[in-house]
Amino acid sequence: MSNNASQRLVHRLAPWALPILLLAIWQLSVSAGWLSTRILPAPSAVIEAGVNLVSSGEIWTHLAISGWRAGMGFAIGGGIGLALGFITGLSKWGERLLDSSVQMIRNVPHLALIPLVILWFGIDETAKVFLVALGTLFPIYLNTYHGIRNIDPALVEMSRSYGLSGFSLFWHVILPGAMPSILVGVRFALGFMWLTLIVAETISASSGIGYLAMNAREFLQTDVVVLAIVLYAVLGKLADLAARGLERICLRWHPAYQVNKGGAA
Amino acid sequence: MSSLKQQQPAHLLRGIPLAVQNLKKAFGNREVLKNIDLHIPAGQFVAVVGRSGCGKSTLLRLLAGLDKPTAGELLAGSGKLVDAREDTRLMFQEARLLPWKKIIDNVGLGLSGDWRGKALEALEAVGLAERADEWPAALSGGQKQRVALARALIHQPRLLLLDEPLGALDALTRIEMQQLIENLWRKHGFTVLLVTHDVSEAVAIADRVILIEEGQIGLDLLVDLPRPRARGSHRLAALETQVLERVLSLPGTPPEPEPVSPLPTQLRWAN
Repeated sequence: MSNNASQRLVHRLAPWALPILLLAIWQLSVSAGWLSTRILPAPSAVIEAGVNLVSSGEIWTHLAISGWRAGMGFAIGGGIGLALGFITGLSKWGERLLDSSVQMIRNVPHLALIPLVILWFGIDETAKVFLVALGTLFPIYLNTYHGIRNIDPALVEMSRSYGLSGFSLFWHVILPGAMPSILVGVRFALGFMWLTLIVAETISASSGIGYLAMNAREFLQTDVVVLAIVLYAVLGKLADLAARGLERICLRWHPAYQVNKGGAA
Repeated sequence: MSSLKQQQPAHLLRGIPLAVQNLKKAFGNREVLKNIDLHIPAGQFVAVVGRSGCGKSTLLRLLAGLDKPTAGELLAGSGKLVDAREDTRLMFQEARLLPWKKIIDNVGLGLSGDWRGKALEALEAVGLAERADEWPAALSGGQKQRVALARALIHQPRLLLLDEPLGALDALTRIEMQQLIENLWRKHGFTVLLVTHDVSEAVAIADRVILIEEGQIGLDLLVDLPRPRARGSHRLAALETQVLERVLSLPGTPPEPEPVSPLPTQLRWAN
């Protein structure tokens, strides 16, 4: 192994050093009895709880139902946000009619609606999907609207002079021009998606990861509670990775997203 | 004029003959163009010069249909210029390539059907065929302008409008681009209107130099020199001096402030 390669390995492992050290200290303090398992179970206990849930298959049902709620809510909220953003970004009348109303609703913290949502939908799936949709709608709306507004008018003028108009102008110029901003909205929305779902599932649910955590709390199973938190962290990270992947595909042209920065400058 | 026609083979005269009659353009109270009358025979290479703010770019934008004239007629031959929109292409001061489209897709913008072969040919003509599959961000300023030229040429324009497309390029790239444009013009025979602030560029490349001052045509000069023209020849220098003396004879008006572009939040593309 060359010096260079080993150096690269050190560089890649360095970010993991601190988390591993903390985990080791955590494990040590629990097994030495300095930390009560009521407060925090040992990492090994959390892993054990995870293995048990995996082997019983229980975890997959909870993951599937949480994933479904998140996905449905995101699709509905994101879709509506995108559509509203296009309407207000593309048409003067759309903006006049819609923008101030949307901005007003946006300023209401959507989690404040939980009591009302429970009154409307009870505690079944609709309530959770509705809350997630509400949480993801506004970041995508706002960034779509801004993305369209900030397109270079010179490019639009050029495209018009080359005969583009209507849908072709939208498809070739406005949508790709707004895409960087829309994807920023998607990343924000993904964060809100998990946040909303955690709150909704913790308050009222009979399945899902939040239910898993609340149920475990009743039985003082701290290890399962910690496992649920870890699961949320992993899911959040996965969603973020997906958003990054989307950026890398949709924004290939953007110098900031090009892996290979070579070529004539 | 007759000597110009002899210079070009007849079959290349596929350009649009252009007639501008009593053209006026005002922005609010400010009259930018006053009574412009201009006849340009098919295939002529015309350079429009003038101090900044004299209205030369406005004239080009009117011809390109980007702005509407306040009064007057724009004719292409016997018909209206508006009806020849498909035959008119404009090159801007900046290349205005879409950064999210590969270079070849920028060239094919607005085309339908199987245009890739033609786009490669157009890129070949400006010497950038091997860069076809790169993103515009990888090109230099001069290369971007060459792509913009290819994008204009692929439509086989009969009238090519150039709005200071070489203004931002370095001196050597400029001369290369001038030669490229001149060669393509000689090959295809379209009518060219080149707006420039560089008088030596104008006399070196054009058949005719038009000076616009205070919204009117101040000088209409035929550059009756054979091509290819030797740069730095005394006849070009004499013509350049003649134009420059006229430009400088009038006291310069203080430059008008650039029209304030609307804030990003006030921009509109479609209603």
